[in-house]
Amino acid sequence: MAKTRTDAPLLDVRNLSVQFTTRAGTVTVLDDISFTLERGERISFVGESGCGKSMTALALMGLLPAMGRVSGGQILFKGEDLTQASAARLRRLRGNEVSMIFQEPMTSLNPVFTIGQQIVEVLRLHRGIDNASARRRALELLEAVRIPNASARIDDYPHQLSGGQRQRVMIAIALACEPEILIADEPTTALDVTVQAEIFALLRDLGTKLDTAIILITHDMGAVAQMSERMLVMYAGRRVEEGRVADVVGAPAHPYTRGLIACVPHITSNVAAITEQLPEIDGIVPPITRFGRDECLFAPRCIRVADGCLAAKPQQVEMAGHDAHSVACWHPFASEGAKG
Amino acid sequence: MSAQLALDVRNLSVSFPMRGRDADGRRRRLLAVDDVSFSVARGKTLGIVGESGSGKTTAAMAVARLVPKMAGSIIIDGTDFGALDTEALRRARQRVQIIFQDPYSSLNPRLRAADIVREPLIYAGATSRTEQDRIIDELFEAVGLRPEQKALFPHQFSGGQRQRIGIARALSTRPSLIICDEPVSALDVAVQAQILNLLKSLQAQFGLTYLFISHDLGVVQHMCDDIAVMYMGQFMEYANRESFFAAPRHPYSEALLDAVPTIEVGAQATGGKLVDGAIPDLTKPQTGCRFASRCPHVAAGCEDSVPLLDVWPGTSDHQLACYRAAEFAAS
Repeated sequence: MAKTRTDAPLLDVRNLSVQFTTRAGTVTVLDDISFTLERGERISFVGESGCGKSMTALALMGLLPAMGRVSGGQILFKGEDLTQASAARLRRLRGNEVSMIFQEPMTSLNPVFTIGQQIVEVLRLHRGIDNASARRRALELLEAVRIPNASARIDDYPHQLSGGQRQRVMIAIALACEPEILIADEPTTALDVTVQAEIFALLRDLGTKLDTAIILITHDMGAVAQMSERMLVMYAGRRVEEGRVADVVGAPAHPYTRGLIACVPHITSNVAAITEQLPEIDGIVPPITRFGRDECLFAPRCIRVADGCLAAKPQQVEMAGHDAHSVACWHPFASEGAKG
Repeated sequence: MSAQLALDVRNLSVSFPMRGRDADGRRRRLLAVDDVSFSVARGKTLGIVGESGSGKTTAAMAVARLVPKMAGSIIIDGTDFGALDTEALRRARQRVQIIFQDPYSSLNPRLRAADIVREPLIYAGATSRTEQDRIIDELFEAVGLRPEQKALFPHQFSGGQRQRIGIARALSTRPSLIICDEPVSALDVAVQAQILNLLKSLQAQFGLTYLFISHDLGVVQHMCDDIAVMYMGQFMEYANRESFFAAPRHPYSEALLDAVPTIEVGAQATGGKLVDGAIPDLTKPQTGCRFASRCPHVAAGCEDSVPLLDVWPGTSDHQLACYRAAEFAAS
């Protein structure tokens, strides 16, 4: 389906900040997040749990928890600022123009309805089509997500399916209305690696076919390299590095990005090259009460920490030699000579 | 040779009773582990990898005598652990300890950290309270926890710290064998490296022997000296790390490795090579290769009889169970 391309990006998030009101006072869980997403583009949000990846996605969907609110910035979706949208507008948007799939395919399907009914529900709500054509469409969708013998499985309940099949059904529901953006929040964490490869292939194929932009939320650098063109590394509610995946993975500038890549044992056929100890990132993500301070929040865990890192929050600066590769660090690794 | 083996398992089978009876009126049973043999030398690590449902955890739990075995022998440090009973078994249990996957549900929320580590010592008997305190102090230091944290409850720790408590508990009785059942898969990515490094350095420090259960081939490659690939209750391939990763020979091992996403941009994982076939019904006797229904290399004969683990020509200990490996290795 050909969609007209315009100059403005599909999604333009500008200086988004989100605050939580907690018993300990107001905390900034997202601090000045900006990024853009073009039609059909695939981007990954990377970082440890508690860094704001999922919160960014929930903010896009208008699904922030009750204690949270957008405290600054704009979410421009085709020019419309979603931070100002009404609840009714967001309800029409969700599942229609922007969809989301979650980590746990076991708990995100309703156990008391058949998978067919759950796909039909979305189509009837957003498309207003009658039951019979919605069911025909549901069958097509189940075939599109490669559920074997779909016409027999359409009346199955979620518990009758395997984990991988349930995630396929989630994808079918999410793509039922051919959304412009699909947010996939750790979609394969609960699945076997062979099933993961199939789900990734499916998402890539369907994303290309429908010209759907995909935001993948993950902590797995391998998944990033498989799935995305661009990536955004988040730490403690901030964007610390952004760029094309090839640039960022090939020459990570932020010590955090570098640590995330190095601390995972990557498979090699040269076993002799394996070191006894993995490079570690010391410590853990700070509690959200520390977020939002005017300092580098990664400094306590950083191998390159120096005087001044705690004096002010580092601003995002462009890396020389790469197009659209930026980093927020007082002492980034230089892009040249950083290979390997 | 066998004196150096911390663990020697021969022909282990585990089955679970199912509802219903078969044609002969016998109780239906699901054969979760079917005739597997493996051994771990003292101070070494054996990794068992496979998808969920492959039987890897069941095999390990049978070794720990936490699920009953149907057949086979389990020799730990030269004694027949599998044959022990009642009081003798209770006394011997201290020689096998487990580090669990989920550090949230595997610690008693009502015990302080020190008392969680103390519990196995109490059941092992024969140590005084002062001796227990000394061991607990040592273990807290070894796993990187501060002495003042002994008085805290599990909910006051992060996931990684909780896993450290679980590790200290597993070390407390100086076991001959530690079963690590997916010890890092519930942890955050940066914390995984911290715990893997800790397991490695404790192994070097105390000469620990690990039976390491994981679905993550990267972690297994990093941690293990030997690797067994399990599918539907049987080993498909069993080799030392060098030999296995230099040339994995079973189609299933190949598929597992291919499915792991690499950080090389553009190199896409090809797990899709697997055939989308039916998975064998383990409540019935198997007549052929279990993997045949999903194998991209399947040929006539694969489904006629069960392939047995056999040493690959030209290697000393690289075993695999495949009729077709020689053929496609040549091509």
